[in-house]
Amino acid sequence: MLKVSIYRYNPETDQEPYMQAVEVDTGGKDLMVLDVLELVKAQDPSMAFRRSCREGVCGSDGMNINGKNGLACIMSLSEALKGGDTLILRPLPGLPVIRDLVVDMGLFYKQYEKIKPFLINDTPAPAIERLQSPEEREKLDGLYECILCACCSTACPSFWWNPDRFIGPSGLLQSYRFLVDSRDTATAERLADLDDPFSVFRCHGIQNCVNVCPKGLNPTKAIGHIRNMLLRSAT
Amino acid sequence: MVTSVTNLGRSGLSDWLIQRVSAVVLLAYVIFLSYVLLACSPDYQEWKALFENTCMRIFSVAALLAIAMHAWIGLWSVSTDYLTERTLGGKATLLRLSFQAISAAVLFTYVVWGIQILWS
Repeated sequence: MLKVSIYRYNPETDQEPYMQAVEVDTGGKDLMVLDVLELVKAQDPSMAFRRSCREGVCGSDGMNINGKNGLACIMSLSEALKGGDTLILRPLPGLPVIRDLVVDMGLFYKQYEKIKPFLINDTPAPAIERLQSPEEREKLDGLYECILCACCSTACPSFWWNPDRFIGPSGLLQSYRFLVDSRDTATAERLADLDDPFSVFRCHGIQNCVNVCPKGLNPTKAIGHIRNMLLRSAT
Repeated sequence: MVTSVTNLGRSGLSDWLIQRVSAVVLLAYVIFLSYVLLACSPDYQEWKALFENTCMRIFSVAALLAIAMHAWIGLWSVSTDYLTERTLGGKATLLRLSFQAISAAVLFTYVVWGIQILWS
């Protein structure tokens, strides 16, 4: 039997959040954390969490697993427990809890919207498509793979303190994805929107984002590239 | 873009650059003074003569300004991280502005006092 400790909070019935101890029969298998959550839900249908693709593509089941943010669907029990005997599940830190492991992602998406996550190109559209060379396309590798699961931003203390002003690692990774895209012509406007003391420069490079990203991406590196672009354009 | 009127350089990039440049100045100053103190073991007259040298005074004032700017950017960041409505509620703005005003007054005093000591 696996011991599981889960953060529970139903604002309609609970005065305050509490940790619920549950025991789950995993059959001795090294299940994924999401599978364990499904077993918990079978015991207690009132348990709330988000899930969808169950293969690390949709980014729905980001949560804090034994102290580290990750996707429940692609994190195995052995990876989560690291030799321990209790699986501890909490919601992503820093965002308001709606219920149990479900958080309000509003602040996270607001920051994502700020970076204008779409191609801006004022030149006349070609007959078929805007072409890129293989080298230009290669620059988007390590950036386009972000699935907006919020594991990185909610592991970042700067985002905890200023979620309304600091764009956060996820948004900044996406921002650089459009800044470096050869088909985008709004580089100057994008950079002008970022040159304040909060949007980019609240990043102090502690790299929690790199440590937790379930897709193995490096937002700190992207933020460094944005700083260099700002430096080049302003000096 | 997030607007702010209390940060040093009015832009995130300028604050970031000042923070790095001032750190380099302070590092150079600490290394130089450490070398003088440890390798040369100056007596009072040599120490006094060193600080009466114009180049040393320029270096010392640069270090003094660097520490003031570096400290202001750091303290401003701390105040806008922790002394906010999000963490402290309605009184946060008054508390934050008071903290920033006291910090600025202390740093300004140190700069003026330091210059006075260097030229006394």
